Amino acid sequence: MSPLAFDIAHLLAGSMVVVSFLLLYQDRITGVLNVFAVQAIILALAVAFQAWSQGAPHLYLTALIALIVKGGIIPLALHRIVRELGIHREIEKVVGVGLTMLVGLALTALAVIVVLPIAQEAGRVGREDLAFALAVILLGLLMMITRRNAVTQVVGFMSLENGLVLAATGAKGMPLVVEISVAFSILIAFIVFGIFVFRIRERFDTVDVHALERFRGD
Amino acid sequence: MLEFLVLIVALLAASGALGVIRALDPRRPLLVYGIALVLCLGGLAVVLGHRVMGAPVLRLVLPLGLPWVGVHLRLDALAGFFLLVINLVGALVSLFALGYGRHASEPGRVLPFYGPFLAAMQLVCLADDAFSFLFAWELMSLVSFFLVLVEHEKESSHQAARVYLLMAAGGTFSLLLAMGVLAGADGGYSFDAIRGQERAEATVVSVFLLALIGAGSKAGLIPVHAWLPLAHPAAPSHVSALMSGVMTKVAIYGFVRLVFDLLGGVALGPSVIVLILGGISAVLGVLYALMEHDLKRLLAYHTVENIGIITAALGLALAFAAAGFDLLAALALTAGLFHVLNHALFKSLLFCGAGAVLHATGTRDMERLGGLLRRMPTTGISFLLGCAAISALPPLNGFVSEWLLFQAILQSPILVSLPIVLVVPAVGALLALAAALAAACFVKAYGVVFLSRPRSAEAAAAREVDPFSRAAMLAFAGLCLLLGVIPGLIVDALAPVGELLLTAHLPSQLGNPWLSLQPLPTSASSYNGLVLLSFLLIAGGLTAVVLHRFGGAGLRLGPIWDCGYPDPAPSTQYTATSFAQPIRRVFGTVLFRARETVTMPPPLATAAARLEVRLEDPIWERLYVPVARAVLAAADRLNPLQFQTIRRYLVLVFLSLVGLLVLAAARS
Repeated sequence: MSPLAFDIAHLLAGSMVVVSFLLLYQDRITGVLNVFAVQAIILALAVAFQAWSQGAPHLYLTALIALIVKGGIIPLALHRIVRELGIHREIEKVVGVGLTMLVGLALTALAVIVVLPIAQEAGRVGREDLAFALAVILLGLLMMITRRNAVTQVVGFMSLENGLVLAATGAKGMPLVVEISVAFSILIAFIVFGIFVFRIRERFDTVDVHALERFRGD
Repeated sequence: MLEFLVLIVALLAASGALGVIRALDPRRPLLVYGIALVLCLGGLAVVLGHRVMGAPVLRLVLPLGLPWVGVHLRLDALAGFFLLVINLVGALVSLFALGYGRHASEPGRVLPFYGPFLAAMQLVCLADDAFSFLFAWELMSLVSFFLVLVEHEKESSHQAARVYLLMAAGGTFSLLLAMGVLAGADGGYSFDAIRGQERAEATVVSVFLLALIGAGSKAGLIPVHAWLPLAHPAAPSHVSALMSGVMTKVAIYGFVRLVFDLLGGVALGPSVIVLILGGISAVLGVLYALMEHDLKRLLAYHTVENIGIITAALGLALAFAAAGFDLLAALALTAGLFHVLNHALFKSLLFCGAGAVLHATGTRDMERLGGLLRRMPTTGISFLLGCAAISALPPLNGFVSEWLLFQAILQSPILVSLPIVLVVPAVGALLALAAALAAACFVKAYGVVFLSRPRSAEAAAAREVDPFSRAAMLAFAGLCLLLGVIPGLIVDALAPVGELLLTAHLPSQLGNPWLSLQPLPTSASSYNGLVLLSFLLIAGGLTAVVLHRFGGAGLRLGPIWDCGYPDPAPSTQYTATSFAQPIRRVFGTVLFRARETVTMPPPLATAAARLEVRLEDPIWERLYVPVARAVLAAADRLNPLQFQTIRRYLVLVFLSLVGLLVLAAARS
């Protein structure tokens, strides 16, 4: 692989981590959704570039799915949900922005420290991609636990899944069937989440999951 | 030959199904026990034939169990000896059960498990790969668990079965780990693959400790004995005889197979642990038994004592082998395995006798028994022989094996390294103490149960048991005497075992003049059961003749000397509690925290005075209760984890993921 291709792959994967930080930083739901769409588009670019550089045409399909479903349908649908629910207000955060960013930095460092020595055989590109992907996954998890709003938790989950796809494309030999089935399961999960968000809203007049905790069956 | 044995084991297991059918019709004679008797005799014939052929190593692979692995079976000298024990005792106990089992209130709870229990124990001895071994071991535990639960209407049976199941599971788990470590990373689970491996010292020690815990908990070694005095008495008496007499020996087999055969022995240090545990088990077991007044529980505690003696012998054999004295190791091993057979015989005899007493009187409480010798003479005589044998009195078999063990202990100054040279004499002293206390305990048991006047109406109305039971007990007693007089039979039979495990064996004994036993050619000490027996017969006969000739032959009946307070109530006799009092005061005050409180009536009142004795089980209180408390407390602490919010669960998942990643980062 030429140094230029290496740099481009590196740049795209690194951008995803940066966008993950942007996700953590956003405090409005519409902003979160827009940034998520940007992350999905970068993911599509990264996957498409891998498809070109690895010469693996089936990865183009993965990129297309990522672009259409994650970059288009899901953010639009979430926008609609947010509009219909009328929750354009500021997001409640459990932990402050500064602390969240610091924890995110630590997690990224951890991902790099863990992956670089372990994945020696994966080749330089795969190795760095894996480190970035693990960072995106950890940041997605961090987003899920630092937000109380059900919609932003869904976005955190989707962003985590973006990291999984990035890791999968970086590793050679991942079959298309697996990627498609992962994509579909994410779609189903999104539908389930969406229905639940509406139900929660109908029932409790809020999508703050904190409200749910008072209504558990014990 | 091995095929015959496998067929017999399979038929024994299948007889469980017959037991289910027979159980539906409880009035019919107990065909299941008859079949078990015949099959055990067949097994005995095969094993004896194998021994006569010189105990060659026979193998068989059955296409059962795990696919492509199969079940590996192997019959060698060691397995053959334990199969001899199982089949011999199994046959006699089945004979006893032909009569005794007739009185079972719910035969449907015993019959389906009786044959499979015998089969599982034989399968443990035949197994030649880790999977079959553990499967058979667990089968043995599970089947006997159901046999412990037979008297299901009693709360004590439930507790016994629970404790038993828990400790059996723990023991099997420990053996599972031992097998895993033995097989190593490459995972060769057949015993042949395990034997051939080279191991690091730490691996050997960890396997040894795991095997000690796993087999020790099944055998009833202190401190993992807690289930034994609960579970053995809870089962019906013929099953108690099998559990105490045979199943604990199968556990000993497991230990010998793992440590002597698969591991090829251990260093001096670990063998000291075995020695010390054996000595402690022997003394504590007999002290527990002395404090006990339930006949079957007393016998169960004596199993702990005898397992201690066997374990001490095995530890000594390990120590001698580690120091390179193979002949002395063979002496100690022979003593231990001889005691395995002896204990299987006399403990089964005693449990059968206790079952006969239980059936005749309906109680196991010694304080309600008495005077049974005149009412049940055959049971009384055979029980007396069993008591003498377990108390290691010559010319019975118990004496021979303990004598052999002491011969080995007396040779121990040859071991010069520091801990062992101090430990062996101390363990010898403990064993001697245990032997003396065991004699005291059986004087108590026999005196209170069979002599004196009956202490309750049930004891006064006792009747001798049926001919099958009597025949079985007499056969047991006869074997105890036979092995005491001709011990060379067994010492010679054990020679191939020593050859297999230690590449050394004792010189052949059967060629010695007058059946005498001289285990070491270099040492002058020898034992001759025949001379002792003749002396006892002649001296006893002469004494009887002289007494009757000069002391008047007529039987005279007169009042008992009662210290001037004539009280006809039989409860004023010497009781089991009073017999044990001196020993309780010497040992019990510290060990069992025995406290006696005397409540006197006020002056001039006619109320009875009251003496209360409180005992504590130190091992149960200090070892088991804290563990149980810790488990409960931890469960209480962890319980809130079941009732968290989604976000908390996510945080937990996240934190554990990060923690694992940090661990991975720190390692690399």
